[in-house]
Formats: sequence, structure tokens, C-alpha cells
Amino acid sequence: MVEIPYNVEARPDTGLYNAKLGIWLFLASEVMLFGALFSSYVLLRTGDPNFMTIPHEIAEHLGGHGESHVWSDQLNVPLAFLNTLVLIFSSVTMVMSWVSLKLEDFGKYKLWMGLTCLCALGFMVIKAIEYNAKFSHDLFPSSGNFLAIYFTMTGLHALHVIGGLIVNGYLWGPGAKMWKTEPERFTNRIEVAGLYWHFVDLVWIFLFPSLYLL
Amino acid sequence: MTGHSVEEIKQEARKYWVVFVALVALTVITVGVSYLDLSTGMAVFVALLVACVKGGLVAGVFMHLISERQAIFAILLLTVIFFVVLMFGPTFGRIGSVGTS
Amino acid sequence: MSVLETHPEDHEHVHHDESWLRKYVFSQDHKVIGIQYGFTALCFLLFGFLLMLMMRWQLAYPGQPIPIVGGILGADNAPGGIMLPEFYNQLGAMHGTIMVFLAIVPLAVGAFGNYVVPLQIGAPDMAFPKLNMMSYWVYATGGVVMFASFFVPGGAANSGWTSYPPLSVTATAGQSWWLLGMVLLITSSLLGSVNFIVTIFQLRVEGLTWMRLPFFVWAQLVTAFLLLLAFPPLEAAGFFQLMDRVLDTSFFMPSGLVVSGEVVRGAGGGSPLLWQHLFWFLAHPEVYVLILPAMGIVAEVIANNTRKPLWGYKSMVYASIFLGFMSFIVWAHHMFLTGMGTTISTFFQTTTMIISIPSVIILSALLLSLWGGSIRFNTPMLFALAFLPMFGIGGLTGLPLGFSATDIHLHDTYYVIGHFHYVVAPGTIFAMFAGVYYWFPKVTGRRMSDFLGKLHFWPSFVLMNCIFMPMFIQGLAGVSRRLYDGGMQYAHAQPVLHWNQFMSIAAFCLFFAQIPFVVNLFLSIKRGKECGDNPWQATTLEWAAAPSPPVAHGNFPQTPVVHRGPYEYSPPEHPKGFMPQHATVPASEEG
Repeated sequence: MVEIPYNVEARPDTGLYNAKLGIWLFLASEVMLFGALFSSYVLLRTGDPNFMTIPHEIAEHLGGHGESHVWSDQLNVPLAFLNTLVLIFSSVTMVMSWVSLKLEDFGKYKLWMGLTCLCALGFMVIKAIEYNAKFSHDLFPSSGNFLAIYFTMTGLHALHVIGGLIVNGYLWGPGAKMWKTEPERFTNRIEVAGLYWHFVDLVWIFLFPSLYLL
Repeated sequence: MTGHSVEEIKQEARKYWVVFVALVALTVITVGVSYLDLSTGMAVFVALLVACVKGGLVAGVFMHLISERQAIFAILLLTVIFFVVLMFGPTFGRIGSVGTS
Repeated sequence: MSVLETHPEDHEHVHHDESWLRKYVFSQDHKVIGIQYGFTALCFLLFGFLLMLMMRWQLAYPGQPIPIVGGILGADNAPGGIMLPEFYNQLGAMHGTIMVFLAIVPLAVGAFGNYVVPLQIGAPDMAFPKLNMMSYWVYATGGVVMFASFFVPGGAANSGWTSYPPLSVTATAGQSWWLLGMVLLITSSLLGSVNFIVTIFQLRVEGLTWMRLPFFVWAQLVTAFLLLLAFPPLEAAGFFQLMDRVLDTSFFMPSGLVVSGEVVRGAGGGSPLLWQHLFWFLAHPEVYVLILPAMGIVAEVIANNTRKPLWGYKSMVYASIFLGFMSFIVWAHHMFLTGMGTTISTFFQTTTMIISIPSVIILSALLLSLWGGSIRFNTPMLFALAFLPMFGIGGLTGLPLGFSATDIHLHDTYYVIGHFHYVVAPGTIFAMFAGVYYWFPKVTGRRMSDFLGKLHFWPSFVLMNCIFMPMFIQGLAGVSRRLYDGGMQYAHAQPVLHWNQFMSIAAFCLFFAQIPFVVNLFLSIKRGKECGDNPWQATTLEWAAAPSPPVAHGNFPQTPVVHRGPYEYSPPEHPKGFMPQHATVPASEEG
């Protein structure tokens, strides 16, 4: 194998190493993906006067939960609030794991990265509880377009969390071996994984108010 | 982010914790505001404003966008333009269309 | 990971160590991946062409059994060899899908981009070789899914290549396969486009500044940005449609929709137009994904064979960037007849007129490049020259479609088919052929036969026009595009119906006109004339990666340094007539 130039060190004129430019380009495409989802949400919500209204038959079925006739009241704000905190905290632990590597403290790195993974796991558990509560009340994507949007957007976001969890888990476990052989390259990897992870956090920051609070 | 000296990096780390506190505070604010009886327009405005500030903090500080390279800015600027087009194009397509008023 | 310097002998060493599987199947070498892409895409090009031939038979001789293949299509599709309308719809949808997403884009970007771009910028490989390999295999999987969809109950997708809901949501299972295939293809081109942009930004050799890049590299860079930013919305739309089909959501399903007398299940309240917005947000930039690399190839071939610099290189570069940018804000000109408001129609009509300007700049610059050149009429040059008027016809016939008033008459007629096929078939595909003939010596070290090449070119050129020109006549007469009997039942179609047979016979002949190409391609791999490192006496860097084909993993025996622009042909101080970008002294030993 030949060495690809600027795999580790930055190219002088762009000031970037390859993977960093690569991840930003990937995130740009992610912006367009979630942009399309948000755009669809706006279009559907403003286009259908009954978008937020729970149909009678479902409202009756909901019983005690059906006092309100607006879909967004069915979502669990406290749980989502908790999840927001979990995700924000995981963003800090992620960036701290990178700081630890910059300070050449591998033990601290393991700690912060481990915490990041735990937060991701916690986020998924809370998400599962939320979904489960919906299903147990017979609320599915087909119940109405608000729920359809809710499940699609949070579901796609959850897939991104799982993706991040896999990558971070790898970098915490088997992938961490690289620290011994190529510390600089490994630090770059953490930075790149971090950029992705912060983006996942960023998406949630917009998802949370637009789905739960409005 | 090219903080080299140990001291610089430690200072950087303190900044991250400040941002964390700010993010938590803003989250509390946005949830709190949602319990007020604001008009729809006002509620959307406040929620999006808070989200944008939070997003800006994450992108600017955690993702080091404040001190990032020009190439990245150029790519993101392009993306933002198309993102705006994508956000508003379809909805504007309805203005004066057949079957709606 | 070795940190050895790139001595040729080390390459030899590594070379022998690789297993057959790593070397030819799961290769991470951009040249092998380029060839994999090229071969797969050419197969799909042929397959898509065969689908079209069946359609053309049906249009010319409706109700008559299809010869040769009629018997093997099965009773579900063609009982007694006579095509059913449902099968015709499958062929239409899949011809479009396969040609655009599985044949031409992979050929233009996956094959030529992969093989040539790293060589032209002096890079040892793409920036992310593993990602490159993944990109190919995800594409191949997507191809298999699309192909397999013909064999599921109800057959392949049959709602047109645009898959408009609600029709597509209520369609047979093949549509879900189509959506799955699309998600894979989108993922593949996403990986590819990230790789291309990083490679071009990061791996240019010393001295290769932006304005010294060959135009082909510029075209690929703009294309990669289009793929990167335009494809994700279709991915989102694909998820929505899949959910509408599988989970009974109503993203695209309006309230109270009745199909065949039955109210469609689901909550309703969705918007069929949403799909069209998201689809065309991709699919219009996609048109430029089809055309830009073609322009890049044509520019390379024309500069090389006129033996003079491109006329207006910088204008071409800026025009292609502007073209890419504008292509994101013209999409709704496909939707003038959806009941969209007139204000917004006017906006999109205006942007559509504006986007024709950069296309005209590029085409004019290429045309003016011919002025005063001592033109070599070899096979690649013939195809490149034919591209110019063919793309010109395709582009100019697009203007009446871009005006919201004239579009009312022409929308969804054969005029549209004629228009975009002129752009893509004798346009882009001719450019692809030019590329194959031009870079074949780079890939194999041998030339393709010029005689067989001309035998391929002239009939193809004439027949292409015989197929697509009458479509304008039919379209202007008002013949709709999706009729499975070619318009037999419509009174207004009767005066132009006789063209159907003419076009179909031309299409069948076009099939036979491709035989010299296939023979030429395979014969020349082993039997072609050996031609040295720089047979076309070209200036760009890919020819500096001697020998042909370049060594696996690494390409260049020594990393070149660039001293000048890409098309230094006929410099007055140099008797040999060309100065390669990397040459330090005027005298060149190559060629």
C-alpha cells in the first residue's frame, strides 16, 4: 500500500487533513437530508388544517390520555427534556475525550469516551421507553401524519445515534490500539468522530422544540 | 482547532464546560417558554431562536467552527444556501396554487 | 501500514503479495475500481437498451408477438409473446432508472472519474481507497436489487422512473424494491462524491493550481458537489415513500383518495406534490450530473485533437460552477402543470432561462476551440465533435419546455422524450464513447482499431438522429409519452403514427451498429496495436503515469511537479507541438 498524502498532517494550502474535509462534506449532505425532512414537516403541517388534530376515534380510544385533542400533547416532554440533557452531556464528554488525547492522557480518554458511549446507550433506552409508550397506546406512524413525521425524524436520528455508538464503541475498544502506534492519527480519528457526534446532537437540538414543544 | 500548549488546551476545556452550562440553561428556557401562552408565531420564533443559539454554540465551540478553515466555510455556505432553498421552495410553491387560497 | 518511499520495485513486491480476490474483486486501487464501474455500467447500458428495444417493438407493431425474446418473457408479462400494458410500464420505468442511475452516472463518474481524476491530478490513488471500494460494491448491490425486482410478484416498478405518488404508493411490490435499490445507489454516490471532492482538494500535486486543472477535473468536482447536496432529499423522499407503502403512513397520500372505487387506507392529509419537489430537487441537478462529465471528456478530446489550447478555459470553468449552482434552483420547471401557482412558475421559468446561459458558454467555447485548429479526425474526436451539435439540439429544444406557457402544450409528450434523449443519448453517451476510445490506450497500453471505431461512429450518428428527430414531430402533434400502443387510439396521433415504425427500425439497426464497438473493445484488449505511453501526444498528467496501465497502488514512478496549464499545445517555442504539464524542458521524450 502506498501512503496517501495528507492522511495525518494537514495540507498547507487547505489547512486540513483528508478525513476532516471528508467528514465535513458528509455532514453537509446530512444537513440536506435533515433539511428535506424539516421542509416536508413544514409543508405537511402548514398544508393540512387537521395535521395536529387527533381524530375522534383515536381520541376516544386513548381514554384518560385523550383530554387534549392535539397530537403534540401525546409526546412526553419530560423524557425528551431528559434526553436532551443526556445528549448535550455526551457532546461535552466527547470533546473532553479529544482534549484528553491532546494532553496525552490515555486513561482520561478511556473514561470520557466510555461516558460518551454510555450516554448514547442511555439516550437509546429512553427513546425505546418513549416509543414503547406510544405503541402500547396503539399509536403508530399510520395514526396520523404528525406521528408519521415524529417517528420518521426521531427514528432516523436514532439510527444516527446508533451509528455514532458503533463508531465510538470501536474507538473506545479495539480501535484504541492505534494510540500506541500512530497517536496523531488516532487523535484525528477522535476529532472526526466527534464532529459527527456533535452534529447528531445539533440535529436533536432542532428536533426537540419543533416536535415536542410547538 | 490548533491549540498546542498544554495551558491553551486546558483553557479550551474550561470553555467547553461553560458552553455545557449554557446549553442546559437554554434547554430549560425553551421548555419553560413552551408552557407560556404565546401566540403561534411568537412561540415558533422563540423556539427557533433558542435552538439556533444552542446549535450555534455546538457548531462554533464543540465543532471548532469559530476557528475553522476557509474551505470548510465555503462548503458550509453553499450547503446553507441550498438548505434554505430546500426549506422554503416547496412551501412557496403553494402560493397562489390551484385549489388553495 | 508501510511508510516506504514509492520505488517501483517496492510496488512490484506489494503487487505480488496481493491475493487474486484483493487485486481484482475487492480491490482498493482506483484504476481497478474504475474498470469495475465501467464494465458494470456498460452491461447495464446494454440491458437498458434491450428494454428499450422491446418497447420500440411494441410501439411500432402493437399487439404482435415480440420476435426472439417474446417466448421467454413469461405469461405474466407477454402471453404468447404479446406484450401486456403492465409489462410495458415496467419497461418504461426501469429503462429510465437503469439508464440514468445504473448506466450513465456510474460510467461518467464511477468509471471515468475514478480512473482519470487521480491520474490527472498526479495522485497515487483516491483519498479514501476503502470508501471507494465500498462505493462500488454498494452500487453493485443496488444494481442487483433493481435487476431482481423484475422477478418479484407483479414485476418491477411500473410507475415511471419518476415514481410519482399516489400511483407509486399503491403500485405492486416491485416499487419497494425500486426504493430500496435507490437508497443503495444514493449511498454509493454519496460515498463517491465525498471521495472525489477530498481527492481533488487535497491530493493535487505541487504546482497544479486550480486554474491549471484539466477541465475534466473541474467538471467532476462540480458533479461531485451536485451529487453530495442534491441526492439526500431524494433519500428522505425514498424513506417517506417506503413508509407510505409499508407502514401505511400518508406523507404523499391526500385525504379521501379513492382508487378503483375504494377509499385508500391511511390517515390522509399528505401531499403528492411533496414527492415531486423532493424528487426534482435531486433529479434536475442529476441532469447536470449526466452532462458535466460528458462536457469534460469532450473538452479533453477536443483540446488534444485540435492541437491548441481550449478557447476560453476560464470562462468554461466559471460557467460550469455557475451551472452547478443554478441547477439547484430550477427544479420546479418540471412541475408547471401540477397546479403550482403562477408566481412561483414565473420564478422557476426565469431561473431556467438563466441556466441556459452557462451551458451555451461552455458549448460555444468548445465550438470556438475548433477554429483554426489542425484537427485530427480520429474516433474519439468524431464522437466529441458529434456531441456538440447533438447537445446543441438537445439544449435548444429544452427552451420551449422551460417556458411555462409553451410547456402546457408540450408537457408529457414525445417532444420531451426527444429533448432529453438528444441531451443524454447522442450527447452524453457519445461523449462516453469518445472517452472510451480516448483513454483505452491508458488502461491497456493498446489502441482500439480506428476502422472499427469509424464503423461504430457513422451508423450510430445517423441512426440516433433517425430515432429521436421524429419524436419532436410526434410530440408537437401532441402524442403522449406513456402510451403503450404508441397513440393508436387517438385521432390526433394518426397523422404522425407512421413514424413509429421508422424510429423502431432505426433503433434495431442501432443495436447492430454497436457490434463493431463491442468487438473492438474486446479484441483490442489483447490484439490492439501497442502504442507507447502517450499515443495522443497529450499534455495532461494521466499520460505522465507511465507505463500504461500505470502501476497498481501509486500510479506515478516519481511524483510529478506541474509547471504550466493543461492544454499547452502548439507552443511557438517548441517544435514538437505540445508541452506536457510536468515537463521541465521543452523537448519531450514521450510519444
